[in-house]
Amino acid sequence: MRDVQVRLTLNGEERRIRAPAHRTLLQVLRDDLGMTDVKEGCGEGVCGTCTVLLDGEPVSSCLVLIGRIDGRDVVTLRGLAEGGRVHPLQVAFATHGAAQCGFCTPGMILTAYAFLRDHPRPTREEIRRAIAGNLCRCTGYTKIVDAIAAAGRDGGGIRDAG
Amino acid sequence: MPGEARSAPSGDGMRGRGGRSGRRSPVTVPARPLRVVGRPITRHDAWDKVQARTLYGADWHMPGMLHGAVLRSPYPAARIRHIDTSAARLLPGVAAVLTARDVPRNTLWTDVPGQTTAVGPLRARLHVLADEVVRYQGEPVALVAAETPELAQEALELIRVEYEPTPGVFDPEEALRPGAPPVHPEGNLLARWRIRCGDVEEGLREADVVVEQTYRCQVVDHAYLEPEAGVAWVDADGVLTIRVSTQVIEHYRDVAEVLGLPHNKVRVIGAYVGGGFGGKEDVTVEAFLGLLAWRTRRPVRMVWSRQESLLARPKRHPFVMRYRTGARRDGTLVAQQVELLADSGAYAYLSALVLMYAAVTAAGPYRVPHVEVTARVAYTNNPPTSAMRGFGAMQVVWGYESQIDQVARRLGLDPVEVRARNALHKGDALPVGQRLETHVAVSEALERAWAALGPRRAPSGPHRRVGRGVACNLQPYGRIVWLHDWASAWVGYEMDGTVVVRTGVPDVGGGQASSLCQIAAEVLGVDPERVSVHIADSALTPLAGTTTATRQLYMSGNAVLEAARQLRQQVLPVAAALLEASPAQVDLEGGDAVAPDGRRVALARVMQECARLGVPRSALGVYRAPAGDPVEFERGGGRVFPDYTFGAHAAEVEVDTETGAVSVLRYVACHDVGRAINPQSVEGQIQGGAVMGLGYALLEEVVLDRGTNLTTSLASYLIPTAEDVPDVEPVILESGDGQGPFGARGIGEPPIGPPAAAVANAIEDAVGVRITELPMTPERVARALGLLG
Repeated sequence: MRDVQVRLTLNGEERRIRAPAHRTLLQVLRDDLGMTDVKEGCGEGVCGTCTVLLDGEPVSSCLVLIGRIDGRDVVTLRGLAEGGRVHPLQVAFATHGAAQCGFCTPGMILTAYAFLRDHPRPTREEIRRAIAGNLCRCTGYTKIVDAIAAAGRDGGGIRDAG
Repeated sequence: MPGEARSAPSGDGMRGRGGRSGRRSPVTVPARPLRVVGRPITRHDAWDKVQARTLYGADWHMPGMLHGAVLRSPYPAARIRHIDTSAARLLPGVAAVLTARDVPRNTLWTDVPGQTTAVGPLRARLHVLADEVVRYQGEPVALVAAETPELAQEALELIRVEYEPTPGVFDPEEALRPGAPPVHPEGNLLARWRIRCGDVEEGLREADVVVEQTYRCQVVDHAYLEPEAGVAWVDADGVLTIRVSTQVIEHYRDVAEVLGLPHNKVRVIGAYVGGGFGGKEDVTVEAFLGLLAWRTRRPVRMVWSRQESLLARPKRHPFVMRYRTGARRDGTLVAQQVELLADSGAYAYLSALVLMYAAVTAAGPYRVPHVEVTARVAYTNNPPTSAMRGFGAMQVVWGYESQIDQVARRLGLDPVEVRARNALHKGDALPVGQRLETHVAVSEALERAWAALGPRRAPSGPHRRVGRGVACNLQPYGRIVWLHDWASAWVGYEMDGTVVVRTGVPDVGGGQASSLCQIAAEVLGVDPERVSVHIADSALTPLAGTTTATRQLYMSGNAVLEAARQLRQQVLPVAAALLEASPAQVDLEGGDAVAPDGRRVALARVMQECARLGVPRSALGVYRAPAGDPVEFERGGGRVFPDYTFGAHAAEVEVDTETGAVSVLRYVACHDVGRAINPQSVEGQIQGGAVMGLGYALLEEVVLDRGTNLTTSLASYLIPTAEDVPDVEPVILESGDGQGPFGARGIGEPPIGPPAAAVANAIEDAVGVRITELPMTPERVARALGLLG
């Protein structure tokens, strides 16, 4: 398989990456760049665990071939923290008990981040619809919805980062 | 016990929490208000998890690491004629190709002590790699280690296995018929349990009404988000080390047996687990990793794909349950006759024990004078079944809670009242002969859950009906008493007054480690942030046993409490001397030792003094659970488990009478947890368990077609999304009367029991039909409504 070379912005940093064209963004991030803040749950775009923000929108990185990201902006969970400060949404997830095993958490927070950016004061039903593509097996979702609702109410920081 | 004023567990001593109104009153253990235990503190691991700093099994990298992969049988039943690995071995970049011949001791054993009543002593045997026969689709046949995951996959494709398909059997009833193909030479009946209490035929004759019904529940998968994963390497000291996602670090012994190594030359480090639910209780990747790392002398990583995880790992037992329930006109239960038949799939794993849990709890949390339970489990060529949250005691809730509702309906009585009338109380005995020694909260939980549903909602459209249902349950916590369970923990002060806890507890995401910090902090007078907890390393942390069986808070919590109390006793006299007070008057609080008049001395100073005087600054605590001999089930029985957790769930559902679709509008889950060490974690367990139970009720099914798994993707194996379920309202009761630390009871498994029956009861309330098969899909409900002709 031939290699492709792509340029992208990864968590705010310009990067050039060379990789075989069949590799997915998920494989490149995790295996080639060692970014363990992206997790793999199913590898076929169903569970949402591997969510990253591509030009600001949540996508399953397991479905994106590396060639597709040339010239684009990719944000992983680590990219949400500004100047080493934990993002308010991350604080809300921690303090509301929204992370149990924590495996779905990075993808869930990124989906919630993009959603709150566009829908600052959502209802619980709207939150549930927004995160329906991110599976969680531990929490039963109630505390995740609590955390997102609280972060939405507090508002601070949601609009700026990323 | 002096100094321990546990609140009375009866009457108004019962404190409730949740339902938006609950506030807890302070309690005194030991002899002062709790400062840390009982607070909903943010878990230390949550901060790591929200920043994705937690390194799970698949996140670990080692220099020169190889990638392992498993070749699996495509057939559910076949003879292996020949395996040719030569092409795979020759592929550049392949470091090892292993088959059964390369495994020093190709057998994993599970002893099941206190054996079944009919089948005799059982040693559940499992080949690490299939030798001459494959018995289920997905059974491991060969292993590969290669330089990249892609090369490992390529090598698997180059292994040529010549299979001769053989007749299989795929239904436990068929498996037990004469002439059925034997899955194992010793026959297809794996285990049988029988419990008798009173005279069930006499009881049924006495009854004014007898409800007879057969229920079927399906195979489901744990479907945690983290597939099985780990890394193994041979350490500089020659110790085979396996860092793995597991609920059981004690599997180091199994790996040692397989490799023929001394037990002390294998070490298992448990990573924080991305969900377990019983699916990481049996060995997953450990033995494979051990074999490959030992052979290649290089680090090896193995990560199963989602498809592999869904295909080949043990699942929940499907049951066929035949219930005959007899009651008097006033709703008093007089007889319960239960026949259970379960499918073990191709290997025994923990099936015999799962059926024992089911048999012991099959009559539910009710007083029934005449009970007969027969529980059987058979081998088939389906994927194996084993441990999953609820472990047999959850399937039967679907049976006994559907039955009691129908008894009430048949008699024209209120299902809530019929339950309350028959509810077990402290001092009553279960049909197996075990007397309940701690508070039994069935009636309170029932009342609280039902009340919390609030006013009934109106249907959202003309073709929709709203109904309500309730279901109670009991679930053991702690292991069977003749397993002589124990847990140990080391607790110490550092010289600066911070605290370290070391214990071999795997943390599966339920807050296992964090709750231990709270317990140590409580006793040792420091903030929980000043406690570091090191867990789950079979070489370096005192063993605490498995994170299974709703035992970890109960067992390791008691071990940490024991160690912390010992340590407190050791340092108090030293602190007292510094404060010129008597040890009995000195308290430890806020990082200081405090005299009754408020004078304080920092714990760091106390530790310096301990060092100067040679007073130990650490202690090892060992907690031994109540132990007993195996009971004779058919001769009066006796104590089987240390204790049980009780609860009740209430559901309000809406049924679409045109499509059969069921939506859950409100859901309340109430359990007596004895004492909520961390109420936030307890709520999380209850909410997560209830939703997993709702998935079982409405959505989930591993579909098998003559042994072939048709649901090996999360697109076909459906677990609840955020849109499929409502908020779960937890109601926490704290009787203070459990056997765990500070009177806690276990809460990991119990909440998964009631949802299926609560929803089925609500459906009947809404539309008058009784669903007897899970999951209750729109199609099944539509069929029951007569919509499908």
